[in-house]
Amino acid sequence: MIETVFEYWNAFRPALGSALLLVGAILAVIGTIGVLRFPDFYTRLHAASVTDTSAATLAILGMALLAPSFAVVIKLAVVWLFLFLTGPTSSHALANAAHTAGLQPMIGRLGESDGGDE
Amino acid sequence: MGYFLGLIVVLTALWTGLSGEYTLTKPLIASLGAISILLSAILAYRFDILDREGSPYGRIVQLMLYWAWLLVEIFKANWVVIKACLRSTLDINPALVKVKTGCESDLARTVFANSITLTPGTVSVEVEGNKILVHALYEDSAGPGAFDEMDRRSREASDGKGKA
Repeated sequence: MIETVFEYWNAFRPALGSALLLVGAILAVIGTIGVLRFPDFYTRLHAASVTDTSAATLAILGMALLAPSFAVVIKLAVVWLFLFLTGPTSSHALANAAHTAGLQPMIGRLGESDGGDE
Repeated sequence: MGYFLGLIVVLTALWTGLSGEYTLTKPLIASLGAISILLSAILAYRFDILDREGSPYGRIVQLMLYWAWLLVEIFKANWVVIKACLRSTLDINPALVKVKTGCESDLARTVFANSITLTPGTVSVEVEGNKILVHALYEDSAGPGAFDEMDRRSREASDGKGKA
């Protein structure tokens, strides 16, 4: 009984892992689109955080499902943990540096006409 | 002493996981691992960073539970930002708000500010005393009371329920 479950799982695993990797890649592209579309530095930071969190999580989950051994899974878990600990620190450092340098964020409702580059 | 032992346990788990030496059949590699773990722990002690921030493993269960709750929040917030990225006409409402926090200790305040940054759509820009300057992609996602639950949970996870 257990063996059949494992067999099914092993047959299913590569497909699920590849699907998760694909979704993670699509999310990274969506984050990039957001970075290109949003009007100013601070809002672009928000779009980049999609890539930071969900895209990275799904990609690492996919890699863990495709991993050949358990040791690789542990290493991927450690990578994920460090990403989640260091990601917000670097985002905060960027935002704080921009704020300290006197960059004013665009406030209020923004439409298409406000977008784009200067 | 508790911090020292906690650090030893976590470093041992990390070394075992990364090296893949679960059975300890190779004495040379195992002893090298033990030496490196002890050396790191002693260096941390000599640097005087073995306190509740350098080794916060006494509250690991509470912090892990908080982490699990935060993951759900992150994925909910991700959905909002993804929709904002893909909407055919750009429609965002960014705002800069001051959030008051009830977190007393530096650890709790760091956990809270990092949680805000980690959640897509909100970034903590500056921490001044018990106020955090937050930039949000949508004004209503950072309105009054929006961070109350996160504030309470991060405070309870890092400082315990006793202090309020």
